[in-house]
Amino acid sequence: MIIIGELINTSREEVEPAVKERDVEFIQNLAQEQEKAGADFIDVNCGTLIREEAEAMEWLVETVQEVVEVPLCIDSPDPEVIRVGLETHQGKALVNSITAEEERYQETLPLLQEYDAEVVALVMDDGGMPKDAEDRIRVAAQLIEDLTADGIDIDDIYVDPIIQPIGTDEKMGIQILNAIQEIVTEYPGVHITCGLSNISHGLPERPLLNQAFMLLAMSRGMDSAILDPLDERIMALATAADTLLANDQYCANYIKAAKSGHLDV
Amino acid sequence: MADFERLSEEVIAGSVDEVAELTQEAIDGGAEPKEIINQGLINGMSIVGQRFKEGDMFVPEVMMAAKAMKGGMELVEPLLAEGDTSTVGTVVLGTVAGDLHDIGKNLVAMMMESASLKVVDLGIDVDPAEFVEAVKEHQPDVLGMSALLTTTMLEMQNTIELLEEEGLRDSLKVIIGGAPVTPDFGEEIGADAWAPDAASAKDKVLELID
Repeated sequence: MIIIGELINTSREEVEPAVKERDVEFIQNLAQEQEKAGADFIDVNCGTLIREEAEAMEWLVETVQEVVEVPLCIDSPDPEVIRVGLETHQGKALVNSITAEEERYQETLPLLQEYDAEVVALVMDDGGMPKDAEDRIRVAAQLIEDLTADGIDIDDIYVDPIIQPIGTDEKMGIQILNAIQEIVTEYPGVHITCGLSNISHGLPERPLLNQAFMLLAMSRGMDSAILDPLDERIMALATAADTLLANDQYCANYIKAAKSGHLDV
Repeated sequence: MADFERLSEEVIAGSVDEVAELTQEAIDGGAEPKEIINQGLINGMSIVGQRFKEGDMFVPEVMMAAKAMKGGMELVEPLLAEGDTSTVGTVVLGTVAGDLHDIGKNLVAMMMESASLKVVDLGIDVDPAEFVEAVKEHQPDVLGMSALLTTTMLEMQNTIELLEEEGLRDSLKVIIGGAPVTPDFGEEIGADAWAPDAASAKDKVLELID
């Protein structure tokens, strides 16, 4: 599993003041903890700082890269902010995100080309949010076809099928799972990622639903998730599931994780 | 004497059939349509809103309750006396331009309808001119705007400014919400209210209208 650590996001209560006050120690600790816990990317999102998002992004990318080896995930819907993040970033970054909305696609694509970035592709277009499996498959296909035609490697594309709550539509989970399976079957090599927690919105005991959904999605071909890597339980489940899905030669990662105490949760 | 307490309880339980049955019984027993609505149906739904806010009820339960209540309303509404409206005010709702998120906004609409507010839902990707047009046409008490993206939040400000330009701002109250939207932002752009969830949005609107 490719884990995108989600904790550096100003929509989280403690993070916004830390970014506003340029608290280097707080942000660097949060980045290092996530890397240590196994994050493959550190997401940086300062979207709540409207009108100062670009400056904050520049500072975040610089500050985080001082202390971690893994690349960052530059997370903003605003192409201008993405540009600043990519300009600052050393090495190959992941951009979160592009969509099939005409304007956003046209503004974001050149940045991916110019900075050789990987990209999260959200399955929405000018027609709106996806309603069912068919919408997701159709928009994912369009994004993959367009991005690869525009020179982006399929291996650099992370399709996000957009998780919506089962609380308002109980068929949403199965629709998304079916879409994931179809997309990875049709386009081998493409990655699937998502923010898990939306699935449980409005329901009790949310972590349980998030964990169960992650496992189901992994079994259909999801190979990445945007989550809290400090959540030992979900990380242990991801490790175990990867091993069960034959993504772990000689079960080496599983055994190593067990011996170092990471599965004892 | 109609058993409004039981009717309320069945609304809370989301029992579609029982609510329809009890409502029909109340009608047949000669209860006042307005009382059936207020003391039975709406009363049940306002308890649902309260419990939802407190974390004792969850979104699917709220949706079931709203469905049950709606079934009852459909039986009673045709019986209301002429001029006796079941609505307490009008709200124009929409997700702002460039923003295609609708789940939260739909929950807000459902909550408001369940509190006897007339809701004109303009859908998603509503630009300031469309909001203003709808305000002219429907003359709502409240305009509600939703944004789920930090890039589209500023459209709320654009809409408020256009309302001002058109001389309509003082004719209504403006309430805003959506995940990235904060009370500070609301104050900054001159909104009258902000709400963190659908039940609170309904309560705030009722306060604004009062």
